[in-house]
Amino acid sequence: MKRILIVDDAATVRMYHRNILEAAGYTVEEAVNGIEAIEKSLHQPFDLYVVDINMPKLDGYGFLRELRALDIPQAPAIMVSTEADSSDQVRAYAAGANAYHIKPVKPGQLLTQVKLLVGAAR
Amino acid sequence: MGFVKQHREPASALAEASTERRSFEVLAGELQHADPTVRRWAARDLTDCPEASKALVDRLQREEDNSVREVILSTLTTHGDDIAVGGLVECLRSENVSLRNEAIEAMKQLPKEVAPIMQGLLDDEDSDVRIFAVNVLESLRHPEVESWLIAVIEKDPELNVCATAVDLLGEVGTSAARGPLGRLKARYSGEPYIQFAADVALKRLGGD
Amino acid sequence: MDDSLIITDADFEKFREFFYRKTGIQFETTKRYFVDKRLAERIEATKTRSFRAYFTMLRFEASGEELQQLTNLMTVNETYFFREEYQFECLVKSMLPDIVRRKTDRSPIRIWAIPSSSGEEPYSIAIYLLEYWAGLAHWDVEIVSSDIDTQILSQAKRGFYSERSVSHMPPHLVRKYFTRKGDGYQLSDDVLSAVEFTRVNLHDRADTRSYRDFDVAFCRNLLIYFDDVSRKAAAETLYDALKPGGFVCLGHSESMSRFSSLYKVWNFPDARVYQKPKDV
Repeated sequence: MKRILIVDDAATVRMYHRNILEAAGYTVEEAVNGIEAIEKSLHQPFDLYVVDINMPKLDGYGFLRELRALDIPQAPAIMVSTEADSSDQVRAYAAGANAYHIKPVKPGQLLTQVKLLVGAAR
Repeated sequence: MGFVKQHREPASALAEASTERRSFEVLAGELQHADPTVRRWAARDLTDCPEASKALVDRLQREEDNSVREVILSTLTTHGDDIAVGGLVECLRSENVSLRNEAIEAMKQLPKEVAPIMQGLLDDEDSDVRIFAVNVLESLRHPEVESWLIAVIEKDPELNVCATAVDLLGEVGTSAARGPLGRLKARYSGEPYIQFAADVALKRLGGD
Repeated sequence: MDDSLIITDADFEKFREFFYRKTGIQFETTKRYFVDKRLAERIEATKTRSFRAYFTMLRFEASGEELQQLTNLMTVNETYFFREEYQFECLVKSMLPDIVRRKTDRSPIRIWAIPSSSGEEPYSIAIYLLEYWAGLAHWDVEIVSSDIDTQILSQAKRGFYSERSVSHMPPHLVRKYFTRKGDGYQLSDDVLSAVEFTRVNLHDRADTRSYRDFDVAFCRNLLIYFDDVSRKAAAETLYDALKPGGFVCLGHSESMSRFSSLYKVWNFPDARVYQKPKDV
């Protein structure tokens, strides 16, 4: 059973991503910002992260940098953001992202990317 | 060895100096000190100096220590004057993502002070600033909030600005938002996220 | 229940998301009855008459007072000896060994417990160290505990407790550290004298300024009752009260992720704690 953490401060976005991923058989948890995401990852590491950039307290870049420094099993991360600038993509990859998509993400696009990174749900 | 009780002495000369109220000039000087602990205490004590907003805003833009920035923002939130609010708005344009998000959080605490400049922010030419403005609206108690959000989803040309507004409309909207949400769905009929978000919002608006 | 007090599924969803965003507390749908009942109670008490009116008040009230009231109702907060014991276990097994490893002098290890309330928490720390931390033979430990309420402080200093207060402790420890007196339990002098009680208002800079150089701060189930601004300021105050590398323990339903980004989340086996960065 593959576990995915959705990190986004917007409730509707979390719900949208959750619906897409759960329908494909993945197990999904949510966090509203980077700190909560770190707390949850320490509790039980995930197989994949879907991460927004702009969030209060600890943003997506900060989250990935901290996550990558943790002594836990590492997993790929997909960054999703409203920022279409190529400089944002460069920063995302530098912080430890494995893929970058501009919001809003289409269901098929998200699922293809997820499968590419972690394979099918089970 | 075991349990001890100490008579608490101030840990340093700094602590002693801080027990008296210090002047604005002294504190503004300490805001530039090399030691972040000194800068934090200066920023905290500047709560007592209503004239401090300018000095705090100037420091905020340059301050690299996240812990000092947090205290500066708390003090600016307490002051909440025009200079403070102006400084926060400037942060929305910063390339520094954490500073930007900290400013949004601070502005959410200043509904009364931010309300008069809201329309301008929602009309800003930078779509990122418009998204941040909608984020700030989340905690703004103002009779206009719903009509602002409705105006955003009716008129804003940027999909993600509308998407952010829809998220909030589900929480604060009334039946007045039904028509606009329907039109938004029609405008972005090929956009699954907007369809989903607008449906969630419509469901939340309930039957009134 | 009055008809106007019916809370619809959509209302519940709205509330659940808002409460999660504000407090980090997530209600499962199975808690629906519990949540509805308390919401109805507050709608009644505030005379707001409908969920919609109440929710608007909750979201926008500048003082945050109603959100506090509601949080009080939603989280059962009572204090007793060894409450949330896993954190004390984490203190002796993980935090103290880490602190001792980093120590460069022989100064006392300093622990701050705020709020002290009637003393169960700071005394539990003392008993825990006496029983389960061999390091106490080699190190001095200073436990300071503070509260804003002077009446509760005098009660704490007396050290007289009800049956219920000690009911979560292993019986042999109750026998060892308490004597039965009338209908209650009197704490022994050696534990009483282990804690220094002080009056502190966490919001008052004049009060907190001299609180520095602590290795560990217990601040459980307090910040969650503050409004956003004071909660953030309190996290900043704790930051300056700690040594670099010092730890903060919050209550089990509290998460620093709603208050502040100043601390690192620490991965100890027994508990989630927060650490002031070591290199500041």
